[in-house]
Amino acid sequence: MTLLLALAIGVLYAAGTYLLLRRSAIRVVFGLALLGYASNLLVFTAGRLSREGPPIVPEGAVAAAATSADPLPQALVLTAIVIGFGVQAFALVLLKRTCQEAGTDDVDAMREEG
Amino acid sequence: MIAAVLTTIAVAALAPLLERRLGRRAAPLLALVPAGLFVSLARHVPEVSAGGVRTDSLAWIAELGVSLSFRLDGLSLLMALVVTGVGAVVLLYAGSYMKGHPRRGNLLGYLLAFLAAMLGLVLSDNLLGLFVFWEATSLLSYVLIGFEREKAEVRASALQALLVTGGGGLALLAGFVLLGQAGGSLEIGALAANAEAVKASPLYLPALLLVLLGAFTKSAQVPFHFWLPDAMAAPAPVSTFLHSATMVKAGVFLLARLHPTLGGTPEWTGIVTTVGAATMLTGALLAVGQRDLKRLLAYSTVSALGSLVMLVGVGTPAALAAAMVLLLAHALYKGALFLVAGIVDHETGTRDVASLGGLFRALPVTAVAAAAAAFSMAGLPPLLGFVSKELLYDAALRASPAPLLLVPVAVGSNMLLVAVALSVGWGPFTGRAGETPKAPHEAPAAMWAGPLLLGLGSLAAGLFSGAISPFVSAAAAAALGHPYGVKLEVWHGFNLVLAKSLVTLVVGVALFAARGRIRSLAGRLAPIAAYGPGRLYRAGLAGLVRFAKGTASVLSSGSLRQDLRIVLGATVVLAAPLLLTRAVLGAPDALRSVRPLEAVLAFLVVAGAVATVLAGSRLAAVVALGVTGFGVALLFLVFGAPDLAMTQFAVETLSVLLFVAVLRRLPRLQSRSAPRARAVDALLAGAVGAVMTGLVLAVHAEPLRSRLAPFFRESSLALAKGRNVVNVILVDFRGLDTLGEITVLGVAALGVFSLVRLRLSSRAAAAKGDRP
Repeated sequence: MTLLLALAIGVLYAAGTYLLLRRSAIRVVFGLALLGYASNLLVFTAGRLSREGPPIVPEGAVAAAATSADPLPQALVLTAIVIGFGVQAFALVLLKRTCQEAGTDDVDAMREEG
Repeated sequence: MIAAVLTTIAVAALAPLLERRLGRRAAPLLALVPAGLFVSLARHVPEVSAGGVRTDSLAWIAELGVSLSFRLDGLSLLMALVVTGVGAVVLLYAGSYMKGHPRRGNLLGYLLAFLAAMLGLVLSDNLLGLFVFWEATSLLSYVLIGFEREKAEVRASALQALLVTGGGGLALLAGFVLLGQAGGSLEIGALAANAEAVKASPLYLPALLLVLLGAFTKSAQVPFHFWLPDAMAAPAPVSTFLHSATMVKAGVFLLARLHPTLGGTPEWTGIVTTVGAATMLTGALLAVGQRDLKRLLAYSTVSALGSLVMLVGVGTPAALAAAMVLLLAHALYKGALFLVAGIVDHETGTRDVASLGGLFRALPVTAVAAAAAAFSMAGLPPLLGFVSKELLYDAALRASPAPLLLVPVAVGSNMLLVAVALSVGWGPFTGRAGETPKAPHEAPAAMWAGPLLLGLGSLAAGLFSGAISPFVSAAAAAALGHPYGVKLEVWHGFNLVLAKSLVTLVVGVALFAARGRIRSLAGRLAPIAAYGPGRLYRAGLAGLVRFAKGTASVLSSGSLRQDLRIVLGATVVLAAPLLLTRAVLGAPDALRSVRPLEAVLAFLVVAGAVATVLAGSRLAAVVALGVTGFGVALLFLVFGAPDLAMTQFAVETLSVLLFVAVLRRLPRLQSRSAPRARAVDALLAGAVGAVMTGLVLAVHAEPLRSRLAPFFRESSLALAKGRNVVNVILVDFRGLDTLGEITVLGVAALGVFSLVRLRLSSRAAAAKGDRP
């Protein structure tokens, strides 16, 4: 499964990178989103995959099971998801404003006008 | 000694201030500093002549073996006397020469600072200390040569001198480091005591070559000689000080200083002697055809420096004694002649020897000084130049490797130099008066005093050469590494050496008489001379600038996407080999099995990503992106991260809503890039993806040793009273991080809000404007 996920992460990065290199600003925003997914999955996978359940301390126990998923990458990724959403929302509104002002979403055309 | 150097530096800093306050009286006052140093150094002459050595040391960076350790022996005292003596004369002269120049005070300050650096250089007994002073002289020479900074060719000459000597300086530093490793110390005295070990070390040859490179560039040896004539763009006092008496001798001094440590091997003798002899001949040949007074002097200085290097290369006691006498004689006569050239230029407005003549009437005192210096340079008895030339011939005759080669080179060069000496010190003052831009009259005393003093010095030192013998012997002994006694005298009796001196003089005078024809011949040969190493330097510099501009325009095109491509491409090229080998060699992962649900989810993620790229409409792309997002969320859920899954679901829902809300107002998707560009990008993106896959696999190839995971699993309930470990980390263990995260989100929300509001208000404004 790790191999499969590693391949999926590779595809996500490839797709995100390709979109990042487009002249169309909308595609750049899509690319940012894909790169966000890719990075989250990368960190999550780096903490090892586990099918033994979430890191939650059961009733009556004093500690979570040693086999449960690693809580640390989860905490990191959770923060990243939320921040990623903030970035995406801001980028999207910025994009909309820019397109309204410039009349195009072509990055090169914007540069020449600027 | 340390105090002397530091005081001079302090005075140098104050010089511009002093000049503003005292005007023309500042220069004579400042000249008292080197004059005082000269007197206090001269008091050590009897002691040093008797073989005494004074040392002075101040630890600087003890851990690296760097110290300001100074050593006053015959060699350093000789150099220090030259530096301070000529320095005093030059400062006095400069005050008058630069009269009315708005930055006269700065020049005096630079000259004093240079003097301090030069003094530190010759007195240093530590290689790294010496190197620091060495580099200081290079930097100050850049400022001094480029003093008339308004002219472009002056700046180019200064830069050329800096690049050539500075480049040599880098080689020198490397050589010093190797030398320190080979000899186990950076103290020159300790290295000399350990000379056998240094010469036996495998580092000997590289160290020698690097040190020689530094010395040869500084002392303008072939093929680096071209910077010295070009440096004549400097004002006359600077040329006198740097390019005849002191800085260019630093290379020779260094060779003499390190001769006990490095000298005497076949490599040393072969390289140093050959380069010196080649320089002696090249300089003399190039000098004789020049028309410009200062360039005549510059090329003859190159020749004299070649003689000095050759003598140090031969390395016999007689040769080193000859080198010491020539060093002193050259400083006296060449210093005087440079100052004379400055006076002539100052008074007539030209330095072209062809149009100068009959100046004796207008400049009688200068003419006397010029004649004394020129006769010393030509080697007329009883001046010091004669003594030094006799010693040079004698040493060449008795040189062990190749007297048959060295003697003709030495005699031939000196014949040419006789003609040069007469062209500078005799020709302009005799014969018919030429047409000059200014009507000449005698320079002020502050200007002719220096050349007269130095000229008389040549005479006195020649006449009383017996008296300076012990001092010269002490200097030669310091360069030899063992005691040595030489007896200087003007009259040696009739012998082979005297015969050579006579032939030199006769041929030299004949060459001087034919100077017009030689100059026209040189004019015709000039196109060939243009193919010198100077051309190589200029081509190299231009190539370097082109290369820098080329790389800059490729690496930083100004297009963000292009820069991104370069960064990504470089990352792939650098990371791929390492990551892929590690990933392939790595152990197979622990979670090898694949469950159907997981495979479906992974497929969803991949399909969504591909569809986002290929989507033809905005809505389709948003839907595809959403598929990927939900797929990722479900993968989190499957692998024990329900918190992540829930957050992702929430965020995904919000994102899709946001996209749909905004999408309507965005332009339609268009393909703007050419197919070829898209193919290149696809290839690059694919490579990036492959590297990231490799990264994941490489990470899994390493065993995971987390001490944090067990800590959090065990401490969550005990310390933070929470059962959901992930939540506890976020709100408790890393609570402050989460606070920061909330702040970021708040700022982003403010940004979103203000961008939306801005639109409304501008619309409102537009609506108002529409109203009649």
